[in-house]
Amino acid sequence: MNTSGTRFSPLRRLYLVAIFAFLYIPILVLIVNSFNASKSRTVWTGFTLDWYRRLFSNETIITSLINTLAVALIASVVATILGTMAAIGLHNMKRITRSLVINLTYMPILNPEIITGVSLMLLFVSLNISFGYLTLILSHISFCVPYVILNVLPKLRQTDRSLYEAALDLGCTPMKAFTKVIIPEIMPGILTGFLMSFTYSIDDFVISYFTYGPTSQTLSITIFSMTRRKVSPEVNALSAIIFLVVLSVLLIMNLREINAEKKTRMAVSAAIRNESKSHKHEHAADSNGGGE
Amino acid sequence: MKATRIFSAFFTVIMLLTLLTAAPPVFALESGWEIDYSDYDWTRLAGDNVTLNVYNWGEYMSLDGGDGEFDVNGEFEKLTGIKVNYTNFASNEELYAKLHSGGSTYDILIPSDYMIGRLIDEGLLEKLDFDNIPNFGNVFDIYKSPEYDPANEYSVPYLSGIIGIVYNTTLVDKDDDVETWDILWDEKYANNILMFSNSRDAFMISCFRLGYSPNTTDENELRAAAEELKKQKLLVQAYVMDEIYDKMGGGEAALAPYYNGDAAAMIADNPDLAFAIPREGTNHFVDAFCIPKGSKNKEAAEIYINFLCETLVALKNSQFVGYMTPVKTAYEALTPEQQANTMVYPSDEILKNTVTYTTLSPAAKNLIDSLWTEILSEVGASPWMTPVVLIAAVGISLWINIRRYVKKKTATN
Amino acid sequence: MTRKSRFLAAPYLVWLAIFTIIPLALIVVFAFTTTVTVDETGRIITAEELLSAEADGVVLGELTEKTVFTLDNITATSAYMPVMVRSIWLALIATVLCLVIGYPTAYLISRLTFSRQKMMLMLVMLPMWMNFLLRTYAWMTLLERNGWINKLLGLIGLGPFEMINTQGAVVLGMVYNYLPFMILPLYSIMTKIDNSVLEAAGDLGCNPIKTFSRVVWPLSLPGVATGITMVFVPAISTFIISRMLGGGTNMLIGDLIDLQFLGNAYNPNLGAAISLVLMAVILLCMSITNALDNEDMEGGALL
Repeated sequence: MNTSGTRFSPLRRLYLVAIFAFLYIPILVLIVNSFNASKSRTVWTGFTLDWYRRLFSNETIITSLINTLAVALIASVVATILGTMAAIGLHNMKRITRSLVINLTYMPILNPEIITGVSLMLLFVSLNISFGYLTLILSHISFCVPYVILNVLPKLRQTDRSLYEAALDLGCTPMKAFTKVIIPEIMPGILTGFLMSFTYSIDDFVISYFTYGPTSQTLSITIFSMTRRKVSPEVNALSAIIFLVVLSVLLIMNLREINAEKKTRMAVSAAIRNESKSHKHEHAADSNGGGE
Repeated sequence: MKATRIFSAFFTVIMLLTLLTAAPPVFALESGWEIDYSDYDWTRLAGDNVTLNVYNWGEYMSLDGGDGEFDVNGEFEKLTGIKVNYTNFASNEELYAKLHSGGSTYDILIPSDYMIGRLIDEGLLEKLDFDNIPNFGNVFDIYKSPEYDPANEYSVPYLSGIIGIVYNTTLVDKDDDVETWDILWDEKYANNILMFSNSRDAFMISCFRLGYSPNTTDENELRAAAEELKKQKLLVQAYVMDEIYDKMGGGEAALAPYYNGDAAAMIADNPDLAFAIPREGTNHFVDAFCIPKGSKNKEAAEIYINFLCETLVALKNSQFVGYMTPVKTAYEALTPEQQANTMVYPSDEILKNTVTYTTLSPAAKNLIDSLWTEILSEVGASPWMTPVVLIAAVGISLWINIRRYVKKKTATN
Repeated sequence: MTRKSRFLAAPYLVWLAIFTIIPLALIVVFAFTTTVTVDETGRIITAEELLSAEADGVVLGELTEKTVFTLDNITATSAYMPVMVRSIWLALIATVLCLVIGYPTAYLISRLTFSRQKMMLMLVMLPMWMNFLLRTYAWMTLLERNGWINKLLGLIGLGPFEMINTQGAVVLGMVYNYLPFMILPLYSIMTKIDNSVLEAAGDLGCNPIKTFSRVVWPLSLPGVATGITMVFVPAISTFIISRMLGGGTNMLIGDLIDLQFLGNAYNPNLGAAISLVLMAVILLCMSITNALDNEDMEGGALL
């Protein structure tokens, strides 16, 4: 890892600025329009905070926000349990079966979302399950599980088998050895898998589009039906709030990390300084001793 | 890196949740509507915790958008204790696909005439119990027992309207004749025309223009209509449905076919717009309430239909969305000026020159669908494509050559 | 961690069968079947017969519907080859543009100090947090005839330009939405290239161009391969971007599939056949990038 860093020429800096401008202009549009008194997207008629007030009385948006969060939570919890169990099972399987199953697990990730969505839709139609919460949650679980498995498996590979055996030798039941030794080892993988599932579930539009029902409109679906007619500025207000929240969370985390980095760097340099000091002392003592 | 994004996801959600719980529960805004509803046992399902799934066209009901409008669903919930879950579709075909692709749990559908006939034919609708809908008596006789539902067993009319041409007076020549579908084929307006993305409406326009019935099942006539639509494609800026509202309102195009009621609302928003009814004839549609097979809340759905046929509710709906109400008592409650508004209530002379869609046979419908897919997916030559082809070809060959060069060098090393 | 614990995978294997394998098998089944009308004797009545019988008022007797094996859906997809070619083409252009724009970005970011790298990466990922439909909708606001860009250009007396509802707008939408998918894998591979390697190349007499072509590029190829796949697959199968920015006149393969399943021309059999063709195209594309990746990894290892 290179940490020395290069000073950028103005041209390089300009390039990065241009790229970020490209990435952020549409977001600027959303935020500006959330303060626009006019319902029109292109005509500015004055500043207002009205849309933020109305957002909380807009039942459609709030209901779909709650739906989105509920589906994401349920789907990611189930996916995490199912995926962790699967990963442990797979870890102990024969190589050939394992690689076959892992390749199949990759399918929902590698396939375009529209294919996954359409195929699940055909499945629910064939099974005669009516579209609603159930179908939506089932399909979210199926595209979340692979992320859990693929995060937990590498952690399992890193675990030390002898630790587990040592626990058994020291009188642990297999169950206890498992929960006390293996689970803590793979916990980071489980957590990452869970959070990834949660994120993808919230973000998803395409698969939800093919599997949602009248009772389970998520935010993406609601926004989609709005984009056909007119996106109500309340949605702009909501996305401005989300943007602000995410931005501040990321900034806080980044600053903490940078601070931590600075602290370690200071600690390291302090340690180095101390060490060199003590070396000097030793040196001095040596020479002193030599002088005696 | 991934972990950062993920952790931030988590915090976002938590912050959003706190935000939501901290916000005052403002769902049920107090409304000042004191209404005398007709004598009917509205509250018989109040304690049963019923939720009705209503599937309607976009912006096709008086709902409170924060302006204190009459909120039909809110009032219904207050009156009956039955919750309404309201969702939208953009075309009859979308509704059909959603319904056909598996028993979606809708309780109320509001499709148009020809689609109702098709749903009846395919056994996808439930027969209504008119004892639960006494307000059906309020409906004009001409709307009873329509062609699509001859015995009037499956549907109760909601609203009706006609299709015409919305145009922007600042973009269309004053001397041009807008009262004809021909203007949608006028090369002068190339890239300034919006067209319906829905096959039935698109073929209707093409058929009227050629002098055919919009209900034709003659293969040659349909193919001729398709040929015309193919020619038109070169002039069309976009194939859309509900998007017409926004695009015409923003002056993005000069001409578009659209429904009279929405056209009135668009003109109110943007005075540059105007509405014309082609003299070749046009479609007169009726949208009606139906209950799909398998609805678990049939009685509640019938209460809902009865509520929507209440004089005041039908009146508010008609005023809000700007379409003709088939409820006689509601029509009579309109002011004389409103009744005389030909944007909403076209003259009898115009209505005489309109045709209501009939339900086509599956074979004719399939033919139209495949012709339509063909029209939409045909490649329109873009002058923009050739230079990009060249640049990309050069780029790719460069890349391959660099790779080959690198490999050769590493091999010799 | 005994052999027994492999049974923990059992629920997932069942899940995998039901929600991954069967659905894909269903696509194949739907692609090779169709619903036909048959009379009492089991004879298939064609659409032409039905139409002409209807026109003449002839009653064909008791008709029922039946699902039969057919190759018609697959052969019918060849009529949509222009759409397929256009999808591949636009997705390819978008992928190349993402690479051209994303590569220098990833490189520049990877040469920053560690804390700055973090900050920049955060900035790259932040837009992905906003709803994808809303971001695309915002581009509509920008590109429209009376949109922000044309208004701005109008102030200096230029335009208005026709930007929305063109293929260019569709490509722009793809590049915008999928650029982070290109930058992230490229970045993670480039942080592994140490500055000392570049300095060594310089000391050994390489000019910057040579350093790039002989050191940086070969080392970054695995990231390039990942990035290409991550951009190309969603780009070729999108249907929202083409609908919102292409105006329905520039139909892509995703639109065609959507049209058959939830759109105006309900025909899941044809939709399944088109999906199958799309899957084949993607498989081909992935095997190509995989081959490139492996081949060049060896080349890189030689260095």
